Amino acid sequence: MTKRETAICTVDDPVIRVDGLRLFYGESEALKGITMGIPRKQVTALIGPSGCGKSTLLRCFNRMNDLVDGVRITGGIRIDADEITDPALDVIELRRRVGMVFQKSNPFPKSIYENVVYGLRIAGVSKRTALDEAVEKSLRGAGLWEEAKDRLHESALGLSGGQMQRLCIARAIAVNPEVILMDEPCSALDPRSTARVEELIGELRKDYSIVIVTHNMQQASRVSDYTAFLYVGELVEYAPTTELFTAPLVKQTEDYITGRFG
Amino acid sequence: MKKTTNSLQRGEPFIWMGGAALALILLTVILMLGVVLANGAGAFWPARLSLLELKDGSRVLGEVTRRQAETPHSAERLQIRVGNRDMYGADFRWIETTAIKAESYPPDAVWAERMEHGPFIGFVKTETKSGAAAMIVLADASGREKTLTAGQVVRLYRPNAMSFQAKFGLYLARLWELLSGQPREANTEGGLLPAIIGTVMMVFLMSIFAFPLGVMTAVYLREYAKDGWAVRGVRIAVNNLAGIPSIVYGIFGLGFFVYGVGAGIDRLFFADKLPTPTWGTGGILWASLTLSLLTVPVVIVATEEALGAIPPGVRQASLALGATPLQTLTRVLLPMASPGIMTGFILAMARAAGEVAPLMLTGVVKLAPSLPLDGSFPFVHLDRKFMHLGFHIYDVGFQSPNVEASRPMVFMTTLLLLAIVLVMSGTAVWLRNRMRKRYAGGAF
Repeated sequence: MTKRETAICTVDDPVIRVDGLRLFYGESEALKGITMGIPRKQVTALIGPSGCGKSTLLRCFNRMNDLVDGVRITGGIRIDADEITDPALDVIELRRRVGMVFQKSNPFPKSIYENVVYGLRIAGVSKRTALDEAVEKSLRGAGLWEEAKDRLHESALGLSGGQMQRLCIARAIAVNPEVILMDEPCSALDPRSTARVEELIGELRKDYSIVIVTHNMQQASRVSDYTAFLYVGELVEYAPTTELFTAPLVKQTEDYITGRFG
Repeated sequence: MKKTTNSLQRGEPFIWMGGAALALILLTVILMLGVVLANGAGAFWPARLSLLELKDGSRVLGEVTRRQAETPHSAERLQIRVGNRDMYGADFRWIETTAIKAESYPPDAVWAERMEHGPFIGFVKTETKSGAAAMIVLADASGREKTLTAGQVVRLYRPNAMSFQAKFGLYLARLWELLSGQPREANTEGGLLPAIIGTVMMVFLMSIFAFPLGVMTAVYLREYAKDGWAVRGVRIAVNNLAGIPSIVYGIFGLGFFVYGVGAGIDRLFFADKLPTPTWGTGGILWASLTLSLLTVPVVIVATEEALGAIPPGVRQASLALGATPLQTLTRVLLPMASPGIMTGFILAMARAAGEVAPLMLTGVVKLAPSLPLDGSFPFVHLDRKFMHLGFHIYDVGFQSPNVEASRPMVFMTTLLLLAIVLVMSGTAVWLRNRMRKRYAGGAF
């Protein structure tokens, strides 16, 4: 076998450019020098066994790792032309450009309407018409409008699990971000809701660049255009999804996607 | 199917013990309320007056207040409230039942509430109604006369001749007097209005100080302070603060607020009035501040618990949407924590309303010459001394010269204090339930 150690494709005009990114939790190194480009208006899946650093990498893109004590980063991440690891960067502004959907749906205990407009309100938007418009647009975008339009002012906690997750997506797209990060968005959902969210991801890629972390390789192959395989903090293989799943260049990737380990 | 566990394994004894403990607590509360109600609620009911003819030929008129069964040391005897303290020297008299020849209930027997010396119990001899100088001549059972001017008599009635409705009307009138009147006779009679106002205002002021202070401290401890030995130390200190005897707070309040801050204000701004203190003496402000120190740990602990119970996902969601930590706090965390904060607030309020010891050192008085709240500018007088229902209970019940006669008053005051606490915390509970409904949480 003439398989290589790593195989990382290059991406033209990436929306996020990661350059030699290393991340430390105290003494331990969680990301060991990652270099990759996240393609614009495509879906990029991060896969790998638990603890490989895929969620950590995702959280670097909107600096959510700042909330964890003792995290240190070297290397660079640029979104378009902005270096986001810069301590002087306005994190608030960054998070408006990079939305996030979490593993567990986490709507606020407010009405559906207020959940969707939360990002706009904190950004200072208070015009009723603008808010109304954003609610309809975002809920339509998240495929929740038909189900929720008659109960916009009821508590979001009355929604089903799948609906809540789509509400979280609507909440994220309401502020019109460039990038949406999804951290295992379907792992707490039943197959039907999962299919619904996957379908949604397919629609969202027309307008947004999406990075999704998933445990589920079928899901990665279904929804993503590019797939990155990480293993203990290193980017092992990064390629267009069809290539990575049909003809992996690295032995480790092949072993993982065929279920021989991980 | 055969049961494979015994009752101990199923935990039944624990359930039984739990139920028994609850029953015991309920019983105690009901018993206490019952005693207070039984002693207090009937106090204003116009009592029947008995005219007793004794075997020695003398006559006694009064209300039978107690009947004591025979003991090895004394025969069966009755306690009679004979009134007329100015003539007899005491309100009550014990009479052995064997000494009584006859008992009757004359319909013309009169109970006259007076401004001074307690009630006069006897009969009306002559009444002159000539305008301002209206006079009334009363005579007791043995014929000794007493002349009273109209101004000296609060109310005069013949309980034995009254119908039920009339008695009930009188009862309500006296109850209203209690709520709206000024105290008389060293607080043993009359109304409680100054004490009610003092209590409510003190609790209100306490809340104004304790609530923001407690919530802000808890927010800082939970949201901003880096967890370490210092924060842990502060937390332990706060928890232990709640266990300090309240009198210690009183001493602190006296030393720090009254003699420290108050005297300092006097030296700076009211030097011309010295040595008469303006702020350097007990007052409602200092008492409220002292009590807010006493209750603030409760608010801190409750707020911290409430903030800690919020799932981290909500916090992250807010931050990930570009909210600042402050926006996250004010728009998501505090509203979600508000029911828990209110719970702490209710506990703090109930504690503050019932606390007496620290107040005795920092501003409560037996009889306040003026209310801390009145119509003259600036309407709220935080430097004034005030009356308090809790202190009133102590004062009337244990410090008054006529303890026996003031007993009903003590129970009524207790009832009133309980009612005020109930109304205040009821309002807070109502508020809390509204908040709960609004931020119905749990499913995240």
